[in-house]
Amino acid sequence: MLRKIMLAASLAVWGGMAQAADVMKMAVTTSFHNSGLADILLPEIEKDLDLEVQLLVVGTGQALKLGRAGDVDAVLVHSRAAEEAFVSEGYGTHRREIMYNDFVFIGPSADPAAIASAQTATGALQAIAEAQAAFVSRGDDSGTHKKELSLWREAGLDAGAFGDWYRAVGAGMGAALNTASGMDAYILADRASWLNFGNKGGLALLFSGDPVLFNQYAYLPVNPELHSHVKSDLVAKLEAWLTSPRAAELINSYTIGGETLFVFNAKPAG
Amino acid sequence: MGDLWQGLSQAFWLVLSADAELVEIAFRSLRITVSALVLACLIALPLAALLAVRRFRWRRAVIATLNALMGLPPVVVGLIVYVLLSRSGPLGALGLLFTPTAMIVAQMIIIVPLVASIAHQSLRDLWQEYHDLLISLNVTQRQKIATLLWDSRRALLTAALAGFGRGIGEVGAIMVVGGNIDNYTRVLTTAIALETGKGEFALALALGFVLIALAIAVNLVIHWLGRTEREGAW
Repeated sequence: MLRKIMLAASLAVWGGMAQAADVMKMAVTTSFHNSGLADILLPEIEKDLDLEVQLLVVGTGQALKLGRAGDVDAVLVHSRAAEEAFVSEGYGTHRREIMYNDFVFIGPSADPAAIASAQTATGALQAIAEAQAAFVSRGDDSGTHKKELSLWREAGLDAGAFGDWYRAVGAGMGAALNTASGMDAYILADRASWLNFGNKGGLALLFSGDPVLFNQYAYLPVNPELHSHVKSDLVAKLEAWLTSPRAAELINSYTIGGETLFVFNAKPAG
Repeated sequence: MGDLWQGLSQAFWLVLSADAELVEIAFRSLRITVSALVLACLIALPLAALLAVRRFRWRRAVIATLNALMGLPPVVVGLIVYVLLSRSGPLGALGLLFTPTAMIVAQMIIIVPLVASIAHQSLRDLWQEYHDLLISLNVTQRQKIATLLWDSRRALLTAALAGFGRGIGEVGAIMVVGGNIDNYTRVLTTAIALETGKGEFALALALGFVLIALAIAVNLVIHWLGRTEREGAW
């Protein structure tokens, strides 16, 4: 009896284990992954470079922490101040801008705080605070969360002192959108995650277009002087590909429902 | 309600069409949990037998601790394994973080107390029956343990299945130490968490139904192979 079980178990356990020639690990933000662009780029990278990029999908704060600990080879995130600190502290070799998309304000389609008619992003936030309309915050130290906090500061408001209409959920973009959908609350999201989100419920895109809402993604190779196991040659190969005209075409032509999501803006090397 | 039906029908089609990605993820789930279970049993079963036959000063405390650890929070186990395996942690040189091996280690730690506690319970009862006989035969400690383990093999199977159930449905630890990497460390439970995050409830539910079906199938196959509940076997 036992022998048969062992046989069945071992058959189930050791089914194929195929992998590409080269493998590297990269930490990316949930918003980048939820946009669906990764599903377009990764197969092309594997085809062109014979390189399998394993993505760890986390918030910007955790992505940079993974880079600091040397648990990934490169980081692709969107929070400029934190990225520059990462490089200046010596954890990354340099910061290379790749592309940008933009943040949008999502809220109940009835729009009780009337942010659709706001002139600026800060104006929209002031309207929400004034109406004390339910607002869901990521609250997870991600790039989107940091952006939201900086916008509240620019609007002259202190997010720490808000009443219980301000709900920090401490979750990724998708989970936070689910929460907002369930509570009919306002939320700051990146456009890509919003367009790809499957559970929109009574929510609608209410405000976008203010230049302060642009969201720059940058590529940060982890410093091999601190972590000798980092695959610097593969990291450099990937950087060259991500800043190439081929990547530019793929990124610029990526659309959801006819809307362009990302704008490639990497500068040529040199 | 709509999501539920959609999930059911999507699960049905995914299974019927043997969707390549689904098959891969399901087998990865099975591979990791079964590996963890086999390793856990190799530790837990002899430990349980030893606790049944040996009398020593801290025995009661060890058993109580083992029982308490059945409720070990997976996410805490994951975090501890993560910190140990991280490149900046004590075992960082092994480079095991975010690999299936790390997931197996974490699940093994979660499963051991559960299997050991359940196994110990039935071994202790059997030991009461066998005690006088084995003592009078004057067998060695090793022989006592082997006899107990063999004669209670069906009860031990139940212990192992309980361990399997805990492992296959677990998400907290493997999400932390595996990182949910596509084609590498993504298993059914972490895929469900991911799809829920995307708001794709129907697909998440479909994967959930596949997970439940898988657990049931494994249990049925084990019982069938073990010929339990049949004539001539108890």
